[in-house]
Amino acid sequence: MDFINAIILLLNYIIVPALSYGSQLALGAIFVTLIYGILRFANFATGDMMSFGTMFAVLLTWYFQSLGISLGVLPTALLAIPFAIIMMILYMLIIDKLVFKYYRIKKSPPVQLAMVSIGVLFVTQAIVRIIIGPFDRRFFDGERFILKANEFKEMTGLNEGLTIKSTQVLTIVVTIIVVSILFWFLNKTKTGKSMRAYSDNEDLALLSGIDPNKVVMITWMIAGVLATIGGVLYGLDKSFKPFVYFNNMLPIFAAAIVGGIGNPFGAFLGGYVIAFAEIFITYAYKKFFMYLLPESLEPDTLMQLLSTDYKFAVSFSILVIVLLFRPTGIFKGKVL
Amino acid sequence: MKQYANVITAYTIMIILIILVGIFQSWSVALSILNFCLVSAVMTMGANIQWGYAGLINFGIMGYTALGGLAAVLVSVAPVQEAWAAGGLNMIICAGIIVGMVFSIRYVLKKIEKSKKRNYLIAAIIIVGLILLRVIAGPATEHIEAVNPAKTGFLGGLGMPILFSWIVGAFFAGGLAYIVGKVALGLRADYLAIATLLISEIVIAVIKHEDWLSRGVKNVIGLKRPVPYEVDLQNSPWFIDLVEKFHSGKLKLINSVAEKQDVLNQLVIEASSVYVKLCLAGLFLIVVIVLLIITQKALYSPWGRMMRAIRDNDEAANAMGKNVVKEHLLIFILGSAVVGIAGAMMVTHDGLFTPGSYRPMRYTFLIWVMVIVGGSGNNFGAILGGFAVWFLWIEAAPIALFFINLFTSHLEETNALKMHLIDSAPYFRFLTMGIGLLLIMRYRPRGILPEKIIKQ
Repeated sequence: MDFINAIILLLNYIIVPALSYGSQLALGAIFVTLIYGILRFANFATGDMMSFGTMFAVLLTWYFQSLGISLGVLPTALLAIPFAIIMMILYMLIIDKLVFKYYRIKKSPPVQLAMVSIGVLFVTQAIVRIIIGPFDRRFFDGERFILKANEFKEMTGLNEGLTIKSTQVLTIVVTIIVVSILFWFLNKTKTGKSMRAYSDNEDLALLSGIDPNKVVMITWMIAGVLATIGGVLYGLDKSFKPFVYFNNMLPIFAAAIVGGIGNPFGAFLGGYVIAFAEIFITYAYKKFFMYLLPESLEPDTLMQLLSTDYKFAVSFSILVIVLLFRPTGIFKGKVL
Repeated sequence: MKQYANVITAYTIMIILIILVGIFQSWSVALSILNFCLVSAVMTMGANIQWGYAGLINFGIMGYTALGGLAAVLVSVAPVQEAWAAGGLNMIICAGIIVGMVFSIRYVLKKIEKSKKRNYLIAAIIIVGLILLRVIAGPATEHIEAVNPAKTGFLGGLGMPILFSWIVGAFFAGGLAYIVGKVALGLRADYLAIATLLISEIVIAVIKHEDWLSRGVKNVIGLKRPVPYEVDLQNSPWFIDLVEKFHSGKLKLINSVAEKQDVLNQLVIEASSVYVKLCLAGLFLIVVIVLLIITQKALYSPWGRMMRAIRDNDEAANAMGKNVVKEHLLIFILGSAVVGIAGAMMVTHDGLFTPGSYRPMRYTFLIWVMVIVGGSGNNFGAILGGFAVWFLWIEAAPIALFFINLFTSHLEETNALKMHLIDSAPYFRFLTMGIGLLLIMRYRPRGILPEKIIKQ
């Protein structure tokens, strides 16, 4: 019995939260990695682009709510996502036309494009803050929990409760769907193959008649879908705050690089690696060991490797270690 | 003289702008802007040494700034004797353990050949070291943080004049840059950017949460100052006399004695804050000028030529027998040290250390905007960038407010759009910065004052 309790404890506090947080990171990381692989620059505006898409979802959710439209148990935001994606894609294509295209045609070095993306970061952040303000917004509605701790305890008779939030399940399910479609698209369709060819060797791809403008446009469209969905899922699970989204850029970068930048599958797994590492290392295992060990051996400290204050620092340290020992990432991405 | 014409024009415009602020807003505001412009100028000089001279991208400026600030705290605050008694010894032992770990790992790396055994040995050293650190430091930090937590709760510093911290800050930042450089400098440019950005976040996390060292988010307030305090000035006769003489014309017009005294008091209060800021501006100006002379000399020395050669073509420089790795590391340390000085100066100016306020937008990306806008590779350009961008950063909100009022003047006061726009006026500074950066990068990619190559 104690053993099951310990497992449930881990499930409740580590595995379920890490899976949903990892999914949110994974979507962002694929976004980063696609831009890096195909457009060839590190996009520092990642977090703010995600908050831009989410902002539209929040505004539309409020609008739908004011009209009385809802999805019942599901959050209304799901209904707003398609419209938000369209706005996001429009914004990205405009930005690309006004800003990035010039440097792409000039074949500027990646560093210059990264600098330009900082300009985009400032502008996007300003637009988001001017439109919706810098405050914390909650836009979740519908059923909050799928499984409550008390219900679970009653059901199973265990000491430990298992809470599953509907947003967590939603996040994981939506991520799996989106990522499967994406991989199918990249691997099976002609457009997807031409994108991969372009990422692999630009000159060769151009030589074989691939239209670069189309590839770039499709990349931004996929990026818009990923950014908006990732951002909305994070916002539903926690809350929407522009500053937090900006900060999320850092673990997302870490996930993309750990997975091997330029490699979408690596980025997908990288998101989970970062999420699990962050939560595993900062969790206090005292209770876990209390279930497993006999009373005489029970620990009197929290059994925490690092305090939760260092959550972000953990993922950054992993990144530094990966950069040092395996600079191509865990799953071979582009060589540095 | 002609070749400096645009430099002189640009700086004259900048000074006129600051004087205009002094006339229209207040001299105290103008001097604060000037002081922060000077601090920013030091930071941009540091970033410019790395980016402009050597082409190294450093997005970790925030971390070095914060270390400089930490230096100001550790140098100037009086030591907390009780805290030292409670856990000082343990902390010193911990520092010893860390040094021991580093040296033993170095020894292992040198003496044992690359093998699985070596990896296990290093892992063992790290794990044993971490466990020892936890066992020794854990209780000690608790004891230290328990000493009068509302006021101290940390080890305190050395109790020396705060001016020393400007040098110590440079050493702190340089030390960190040595470690970061050893780790990350081999990476390609954009990876280096990401790596330095993340490392600076780690530094901030440590400063924020190691309360025994820096009081963390509880902040350290009331740091010593290298210049007189306003209250002392307001009570010192020579200062009151000075203000009286300065404003004698204005005071003569007032007849009643009581009223005259009131006006004089008001003037003294205003003048004291201006005087303090002037003193700080003087100190900052000395730093800027000294650094400018040194960096200018370095830029046009054989060493500077070599750095430019490495920047423009490191393979050719390598073939000519220049040690690119070593020079990169050196310049990374030097640039970061300059940023560390700026961090200490900033904390000295504010008189308080607030780890929570170090955010990448303000301390990393804004500095980069300054460097790019001003003109990388040119020290005068970098300083001008610091001035112009900081000025715009501060004045963007009032300017935006002015334009919002202008364009919405036909709307009513209670119009929702107007009220929303007025509320969000502060965020127009981000917009200005972003659009400014994008425009400069597009139409004047080498900055306002581009790099000049002097042919000898």
